[in-house]
Amino acid sequence: MAWLDTIVQGILLGGLYALFATGLSLTFGVMRLVNLAHGDFSILAAFIAVVAVQALGLNPLLALVLVVPVMAAVGSRLQRPVLNRPLGRGTPPAVLVTFGLSIVTQNGLLEAFSADSRRLNPGGIETASLHLGGGLAVGWFPLLTFAVAVLLLVGLQILIGRSAVGRAFRAASDDGGTAALMGIDNDRLYAVAMALSLAVVAIAGIFLGIRTTFTFSSGPDRLLFAFEAVIIGGLGSLWGTLVGGVILGVAQTTGARVSPGWGVLTGPLVFLAVLLLRPSGLFAKSRRVD
Amino acid sequence: MTLLSVRELSAFYGDFQALFGISLDVTEGETVAVIGANGAGKTTFLRALAGALPVPGSAVTFDGRPVGGRSSPALVDLGLVLVPEGRKIFPSLSVRENLLVGAYRGRPGPWTLERVYRLFPLLGERREQPGTNLSGGEQQMLAIGRGLMANPRLLLVDEISLGLAPLVVKNLYRALEAVKAEGTTLLVVEQDVSQVLAVAQRVYCFRKGAVALEGAPARLTRERISAAYFGT
Repeated sequence: MAWLDTIVQGILLGGLYALFATGLSLTFGVMRLVNLAHGDFSILAAFIAVVAVQALGLNPLLALVLVVPVMAAVGSRLQRPVLNRPLGRGTPPAVLVTFGLSIVTQNGLLEAFSADSRRLNPGGIETASLHLGGGLAVGWFPLLTFAVAVLLLVGLQILIGRSAVGRAFRAASDDGGTAALMGIDNDRLYAVAMALSLAVVAIAGIFLGIRTTFTFSSGPDRLLFAFEAVIIGGLGSLWGTLVGGVILGVAQTTGARVSPGWGVLTGPLVFLAVLLLRPSGLFAKSRRVD
Repeated sequence: MTLLSVRELSAFYGDFQALFGISLDVTEGETVAVIGANGAGKTTFLRALAGALPVPGSAVTFDGRPVGGRSSPALVDLGLVLVPEGRKIFPSLSVRENLLVGAYRGRPGPWTLERVYRLFPLLGERREQPGTNLSGGEQQMLAIGRGLMANPRLLLVDEISLGLAPLVVKNLYRALEAVKAEGTTLLVVEQDVSQVLAVAQRVYCFRKGAVALEGAPARLTRERISAAYFGT
């Protein structure tokens, strides 16, 4: 029973990792942008939630209503003047620009909020649990996180698969030049993709802040988990991202069960194993990535 | 009435000059062809018109407005649409979705999915297949259909015949006649000279990025075209 409990906790944790990974997967899929500041943006969102909670007395979960649009606006405004510039010039310029953004964001947060660790308190739900009988219990909050991740992925899947914007995402991903000839304004489209990406990572950041403490420098760790989830699942597959997150989550909780120090090790080990055995990930769409 | 007017258009790829002072006019309702050998600047010319290359504002006038230097989406809004060389079908999209991307700007007009399927019944039959599953000729139909979905006033078509069998090319040109009947003006680039002389009202022959010869096909002899084409 203890093992079953460990695996269930791991699956639910995977929902949180999928939330971190989805935005990363989206920006890479649409514009081939590897956003190294992705984790830092999630922490930025968590700090904005801290301010909203303090200033307005909001429950952090309600603060989502405020923080998600703010982060979407940040993404949209950042795209044209900053993130569009390195696009189409290969990976190194984009990596440098987003690495720079990562450093700026972290130091901005340090300046504004000091190095103290913070936590968001949603008033009880983070410790409440649902008893399933047989000594098995799952927390309401991890359950909520997982449900939100699944709903978001279903929503994104519908958006990308059925809507005009989704078609434009896929067309621009295939061939940006021809997409422009057909009337798709790539700059605007990329701004929409970045807004979506940061909206999702804002949710991830706030859920993280409710689950655990965070500081100005918590971003890069989140980025690593997000990367691992994306790579395990396979680029270009949203469901793969969820599965990648779940595999990572289960590997961590299982490792931690064997020995508390192993939790941080088993995730990356599974990631390396996938890279060795299936370098393109478990559910990669069979299409070239250049 | 003159729909498109190009005056002294020059275009560059970095330091390399590809077009040298091209002047050309297209009247509403007519079909104009640009012919020329490989590297004569035909594709560059169409790409410059479609906003894929930077050109000076005054060099291109469309429907009485200077449009040089405008972005492709802005030009599509005005009804200036390019069917690019090599078809450039989106591999992640189905046939239907490829067509719908053509309608992205939502410009009103006679062309809808149903109308395109009537012009090319084969596309209707295969609407749910990935666009790149089609044969070369079918992909060219799809590329033309995708351009029509934008409801263009002027459709620029680059190298319809590229890599296609003569019979397939003939069918595609027959379809363009139906497009023309809908009131769409056509500017086609072609290497297959005999094909173009049959459908175009006027022909421009490019050589080394400049106009070497222009006129109505009936008034151009084979010798003159050949001389302009090859520069002999």
